Amino acid sequence: MKASTQERLKAAAAHTLLIGFIALILFPFLMVIAISFRRGNFALGALFPTGDDLSLEHWRYVLGIPYTETMPDGSMRTVKASTPVLQWFWNSLKVSTSASLLIILLSGTAAYAFARMQFVARETLLKSLLILQVFPMVLALVALYALLQLIGEFIPGFGLNTHPGLVLTYLGGIAIYIWMIKGYFDTIPVSIEESAKIDGATHFQAFVRILLPMSAPIFAVVFILSFISHISEYPVASVVLQTEGQWTLAVGAQSFLYEQNYLWGKFAATAVLSGLPITAMFLFCQRFLISGLTSGGVKE
Amino acid sequence: MPRRWPTLLQHALIAALALALFYLSTRLFLGGETLIASGVLILTGLAIVIYAWERAYTWRYLFPGLVGFGLFVIFPLTYTVYISFTNYSSANLLRFEQVVNYLEGETHLSADTKYPFQAYQVGGEPATYVFILSNPASPEKRYRSETIPLPAAEPVVHPLRLVNADETPPGPALPLRDVIPLRSGLQKLSFKLPDDLVITNTSLRDFGPRLPTWQRDPQDDSFKNLITGESIRPDRNAGHYELVSDGPSGPAGQKIGPGFRSWIGWGNYVKIFTDKGIQGPFIKIFIWTVIFALGSVVCSLAVGMFLAVLLQWKELRFRKLYRTLLILPYAVPAFISILIFKGLFNQNFGEINLILNALFGLSPEWFADPLLAKIMILIVNTWLGFPYMMIVCTGILQSVPDTIYEASAIDGSNAVHDFFKLTLPLIFKPLFPLLVASFAFNFNNFLLIYLLTGGGPDMVGASTVAGQTDILVSYTFRIAFRDSAQNFGYASAIAAVIFILVAFISWWNLRQRETALSS
Repeated sequence: MKASTQERLKAAAAHTLLIGFIALILFPFLMVIAISFRRGNFALGALFPTGDDLSLEHWRYVLGIPYTETMPDGSMRTVKASTPVLQWFWNSLKVSTSASLLIILLSGTAAYAFARMQFVARETLLKSLLILQVFPMVLALVALYALLQLIGEFIPGFGLNTHPGLVLTYLGGIAIYIWMIKGYFDTIPVSIEESAKIDGATHFQAFVRILLPMSAPIFAVVFILSFISHISEYPVASVVLQTEGQWTLAVGAQSFLYEQNYLWGKFAATAVLSGLPITAMFLFCQRFLISGLTSGGVKE
Repeated sequence: MPRRWPTLLQHALIAALALALFYLSTRLFLGGETLIASGVLILTGLAIVIYAWERAYTWRYLFPGLVGFGLFVIFPLTYTVYISFTNYSSANLLRFEQVVNYLEGETHLSADTKYPFQAYQVGGEPATYVFILSNPASPEKRYRSETIPLPAAEPVVHPLRLVNADETPPGPALPLRDVIPLRSGLQKLSFKLPDDLVITNTSLRDFGPRLPTWQRDPQDDSFKNLITGESIRPDRNAGHYELVSDGPSGPAGQKIGPGFRSWIGWGNYVKIFTDKGIQGPFIKIFIWTVIFALGSVVCSLAVGMFLAVLLQWKELRFRKLYRTLLILPYAVPAFISILIFKGLFNQNFGEINLILNALFGLSPEWFADPLLAKIMILIVNTWLGFPYMMIVCTGILQSVPDTIYEASAIDGSNAVHDFFKLTLPLIFKPLFPLLVASFAFNFNNFLLIYLLTGGGPDMVGASTVAGQTDILVSYTFRIAFRDSAQNFGYASAIAAVIFILVAFISWWNLRQRETALSS
């Protein structure tokens, strides 16, 4: 009898602790959701805005719908965002999706060679890729800038202030994905491909028809990890993309929080609008991701 | 027969790609970029060999990835190391040839020759004008322009034709007060005299020829000033032109014109390790970077591990829900959470201070006080980092057999004892490489520092921009891009040092993992 009471107490303590901790985790998110529905750009107010406090002005701004605002002197004016946040969202989506797809293409094929073929300096090459990759791209911005400027001069549409140009700069970050995909290929027995080859399939057919479909989970993991890391990427995007219409969310969201002009409410609406789909996607793919992460990958 | 089609298609694709690249390298070559043109040409050749030659089969898979990696990782890295040996900065921005071109292009207005003009309006919307210029040296000559719309979008050179002095003008000449509004249009206007001399607008009354200021001596790239007669020569070590002897512009050695990039050897590296004004902040920032990276790993590991162990407990209800909610900080894009915290910690109207003020009457200056700023950074990074540790620990804990606890339960030990004596030693080994990787990641965690504090509050008495919460990457970024001096050379030298440090950690980690696997 005594043991069971002790067990129940222990469980109650654990629940209390976890709920308290989760409250702490959720606090910033709930705050931001509340602020996005609150009139004005100040934090003061209730957690659940009601009555006069409740306002959709920030959401209208973010979605590019005009709305009227009362000025400090009592006059009314109509406000409409010059660049709707939706445009940034679309830019981010475009850049991250195309970068991730291309990264899968580049790292998938390279990983196949590393996993299934013998060639000179294979191990050395594989390790050098991983070690060279730790060089932070933030510090190579001068070089990336010069490179894109040159590319833009000769291939219009791929230079500075373009999305294809930004996607190009992201294509270098493949080493960690090559490792992850190679690790997965290594767990699939070679014998299946071998027998397909005996039946007359070429190397390429064995790769595309047999190995790729079996490796779908790891490609999902790589896609999501790459997508999330590129949608959050700030330094390179902030230097490459120069005009407001071209910005990605990470660059645009920052612009609401200048020291002199703290547009807290508009930022909050932007954060909720852009954070929700990405978070939902992450949670949806959680199961894949956890298996991918525990096998050795690191989110950047 | 159908089996031939893929091969044909493959050849057609290779040919199309090769042609496109060949065209690109020709254009690069014509554009004067000989080195890059040959680089593209070599890549084209390699691509053709790899995709057409059966024996290079393996490289077909590697080639695209390696080209991307080479272009966007190895090239920027090499270029950065190269810059670290130069004095590239906002004061030495141009290449030497560009400075020579600049000096050759510098002109001055000739003081003696002036061509007074009269403007005549000949058309309304859009306004068009005719200009008549006279030459004081030969008063019998007049020059008349064609009909010119003003203002023009682009600078244009218009031809002039010689007319007789007594030719009737197209109407009354515009008085000065009507010429003044045309000023901006006039500034873009130049005329070409019948003898090919180009004259540009110099004032509201005159046009005049521009003459080159400098005369170049191709022998040693020195220049002679045609107005003052002074000579300047390039100082290739310092990266600028200087006066050869004392003159009206200054004493001998005076810097003239824009600076150019020059090779300065180990100068920037020597500066990091010897210059007092730089060394002080550099060492401080280095120590804080290590503390920050270690502290982040330890704190998020402690929280993550604790939660993982707690959620291992099978009798606990709602475990799945708890786990999902706890992963949230990892699921929300980092730039959003960091900026949310930037707002919440705001000194005056952030929610955290509102609550602290209501409860304890406290209102800490999170962004102004160095220690508080550092604590805030660690809190935020723990919040961001613990879910990853929790996921990883959960994965590793599942591989620990339950039987080891049963044996210890008989001995009558408690949970805390079990954890430190049994679980931790078992899971530490597989966990270690992940912790090192996490350390290396945080060592370069630019996004957090840059978005949360921007490195601030600033250090007092440092000779470069340096903040109390700057870590090495954010410090370097600020030197290169946010400081007015834009010292790319020095920033690149620090970047190279950081790279060597982190590359060494990764290499060591990789070796540890290998020996662990093989043993």
